[in-house]
Amino acid sequence: MVDESVSDGEPRAAVADASAGADEVRPRHGGATEPQVPRRLDTPWRKLIRALSPRPTRAQALAGLLCALVGFALVVQVSQAQSDGLANLRQSDLVRLLDEVTQRGDALTQEQSDLKQQVDQLQTGSSSSQAAITAAREAATTEGILAGRLPAEGPGVRVTITGTVTAAGMLNVLEELRNAGAEVIQVNDERIVVSSSFSDRDGSVILDGTELVEPYRWLAIGDADTLQPALEVPGGATAALRNAGATVKITALEKVEISAVRIPQLPQHAETAPSGGS
Amino acid sequence: MIPAIGLALGVVLGLVLQPNVPVVLQPYLPIAVVAALDALFGGLRALLDGLFDDRVFLVSFLSNVVVAAVIVYLGDQLGVGTQLSTGVVVVLGIRIFSNAAAIRRHLFKA
Repeated sequence: MVDESVSDGEPRAAVADASAGADEVRPRHGGATEPQVPRRLDTPWRKLIRALSPRPTRAQALAGLLCALVGFALVVQVSQAQSDGLANLRQSDLVRLLDEVTQRGDALTQEQSDLKQQVDQLQTGSSSSQAAITAAREAATTEGILAGRLPAEGPGVRVTITGTVTAAGMLNVLEELRNAGAEVIQVNDERIVVSSSFSDRDGSVILDGTELVEPYRWLAIGDADTLQPALEVPGGATAALRNAGATVKITALEKVEISAVRIPQLPQHAETAPSGGS
Repeated sequence: MIPAIGLALGVVLGLVLQPNVPVVLQPYLPIAVVAALDALFGGLRALLDGLFDDRVFLVSFLSNVVVAAVIVYLGDQLGVGTQLSTGVVVVLGIRIFSNAAAIRRHLFKA
């Protein structure tokens, strides 16, 4: 290549500079492209093309050899760099890398144990809060049954009364039932709650503002073996009713369903005392 | 044309053979490749300048590679191999860029 540009090219350039279409060019190129040659020789593109055109000169062979060397080394290095990043590193780099990896591993182990601890805490917390929720639900159910807010079922007795009764007679029956441990009580379609009251009006019995009509059907959940004798005790509530001319029929049932409910009113003035807490 | 063919031949040869670089040469090969690239660009620039000389090209090619390798080796011995490699790459990169700029000016006049 050098031979061309230095020893070969320069004379031509000189020719081109001297004059276009100089006679001296013709002998070398056979005259075919003679008019353009001198002009094109000036441009770098022409130089490049000329350098690229295959000519078996020493410069070309040398450049080809070196280019092959570069290409070979380039590809080898690229594949080397891609195949294994660590193999190319120096010992100090590797030591540093190992150090970093170790530190990172330690940090991650620490983080892992922290997170595990957190998970344990959360699980414990969630199970205890779950237990609290279950307990609260059970308490709410119990209190709902006792307060008359929820329907209830269980073993108990049914007391059917026909005939004339008074509020006092009905109250006696209620007291007897409560004394015998009745837990949930219903008369006709009215649930008996803490604030329930009987009253007389125009010969009929009023329970919590609702007039009761015959037959008066009591349903009570509790121990039937205790409830039934308690009601039938001589001189007791049913005896008094019978004396007054009413018919009383007591049946022990394996399953009494009490469906009447009473929505309790929220207390307007009373609040939970702080010391008495939940 | 022959240099281009040579380049392609070298690439194909490298791809086909997939040789393992000896461990001893591994730190120097990347630097040597960059140095050789610098020499190639320098040769191309000289060609366009009309100053190309095959002897100069060969000598500069080999000396570039050897000097770059020696510098890296020296750096490794001194314990600053990484930094010195970076320095060599930076310098060669700057040279490649300036050569490429000269070539560009020749070819595109810009």
